[in-house]
Amino acid sequence: MSDLSWIDAALTSARPQAVSALLRYFRDLDTAEEAYQEACLKALRAWPKNGPPRDPAAWLIFVGRNVAIDAKRRGAKQQALPEEDQLSDLEDVEARVVEKLDNADYRDDVLRLFFVCCHPELPATQQIALALRIVSGLSVAQIARAFLVSEAAMEQRITRAKRRIGEAGVPFETPGAVERSERLAAVAAMLYLVFNEGYSTSGEDAPRRAPLCEEAIRLSRMLLGLFSAEPEIMGLLALMLLQHARSAARFDQSGDIVLLEAQNRALWDKDKIAEGLALIDKAIRHQHRGPYQIQAAIAALHSRAPTFAETDWTQIELLYAALEQVQPSPVVTLNRAVAVSKVFGAQAALDMIEPLADRLQSYFHFHGVRGAFLLDLERSGEAREAFNRAIALANSPAEAAHIRMHLDKLQESARSQ
Amino acid sequence: MLYAFLCYNNENAVMSWSKEEDEAVMAKLDLVHQKLRKQKKLGPSLRLMPTTAATTLVKEKDLVLDGPYAETKEALLGFYILDCENLDEAVAIARELGQANPGGAYEIRPVRLFVNDQLAT
Repeated sequence: MSDLSWIDAALTSARPQAVSALLRYFRDLDTAEEAYQEACLKALRAWPKNGPPRDPAAWLIFVGRNVAIDAKRRGAKQQALPEEDQLSDLEDVEARVVEKLDNADYRDDVLRLFFVCCHPELPATQQIALALRIVSGLSVAQIARAFLVSEAAMEQRITRAKRRIGEAGVPFETPGAVERSERLAAVAAMLYLVFNEGYSTSGEDAPRRAPLCEEAIRLSRMLLGLFSAEPEIMGLLALMLLQHARSAARFDQSGDIVLLEAQNRALWDKDKIAEGLALIDKAIRHQHRGPYQIQAAIAALHSRAPTFAETDWTQIELLYAALEQVQPSPVVTLNRAVAVSKVFGAQAALDMIEPLADRLQSYFHFHGVRGAFLLDLERSGEAREAFNRAIALANSPAEAAHIRMHLDKLQESARSQ
Repeated sequence: MLYAFLCYNNENAVMSWSKEEDEAVMAKLDLVHQKLRKQKKLGPSLRLMPTTAATTLVKEKDLVLDGPYAETKEALLGFYILDCENLDEAVAIARELGQANPGGAYEIRPVRLFVNDQLAT
């Protein structure tokens, strides 16, 4: 790794802290982003010469603030801007800025920056685009590529989202405990959206979108660094790590999805799994269950199973039951039913999902899962019907192909009888 | 003399390396490791998980806290035990490792007690 790419990583990683502190200072997102950009330009000139500063974020905040004040001529400068070549030697000045930043305001600053992207009126896709632009600092072109849309379209989407945020106003007052935890929950949901945007793709688009998973993990880890005692953020990060650990095994050579039961577990990323398991261990100690922790615990049980056949379905069923309690939804019940079928058999599972038929009638997985239960119970006619409905609702050729496999088996067994 | 090389770096920056960048650093470091191994200077070495995976027990109050003990600008990310002739050689080795791994610092601490226990595997 060259010094320049180290500088690049230092700038990227300092961005949320720097932009969020500048946002609090200038109370305007565009000004904060411009000030950060200016500071980065100065860093690119100063750091290769003098070596990177010990606290890149503090350096960028200090320089960005002065540059912006200078540019806007907002009264006299509070502190004269030193010569550029001296900047990174100014340990004392940095230390003073950092002192100010080490308090709780600082965590709230970063949380605020994440939170402005979660405005409830913004549709999910806009929240994600905005987070990637504002928090991660990806270029519009990079985001457009990840979303598979034109640059012009993405530019428009981001501009529109920013205008909405501007109209709604950024909340600058220091949040109380309840509000802080509400913001954290909204931010966690937004980060999981970013993750899923990268995770739920298949085919040739997958490589272009996988970086979204890495980015969501990076941001979640940063958030947990600031809110280190939040079990749900531990759960969120663990969930992402455990899911992303399987990425190398999730697609075959033609880019189609390989289902969990057929994945080559040797391809799973052991480092990510180990980190995910360590985080779950930490979270459990807090004895404050939440949906991310429970989902992470389910993912952990899959990760721990040496083979699909050795999966601990009993535990998974219990965890889905717990998830149903904290986050009731027909999709959770459907997932629980899959575990129920492994533990108590297909009839119990089928009984569990029949009441969901109305709400999930246009959901691909409902019909696929129902078909599999019926198949188990040797009700071939009904199974075929369910599979046909699933194929009609499939979201991708891979999903359809998987169901067709069941249908082919049905036909084979019909022929052999 | 045995020295512990404590590896400090800006954790957020290291965690922002892409997979390729991380692998490139590890590959460069490995060249130095191999040389040290051949010279029989390399003892146990390890890379730690991120500080977000850390838990701290404050002994006095028996408090179990999430996160690392010290909130520093650069976090302790790993360490080596190296057998060096003297401090000059230790500093030279640290320089060589530093060339492969940008940013941060190595704290070179002479080892007072070294117990080379084996883990049951």
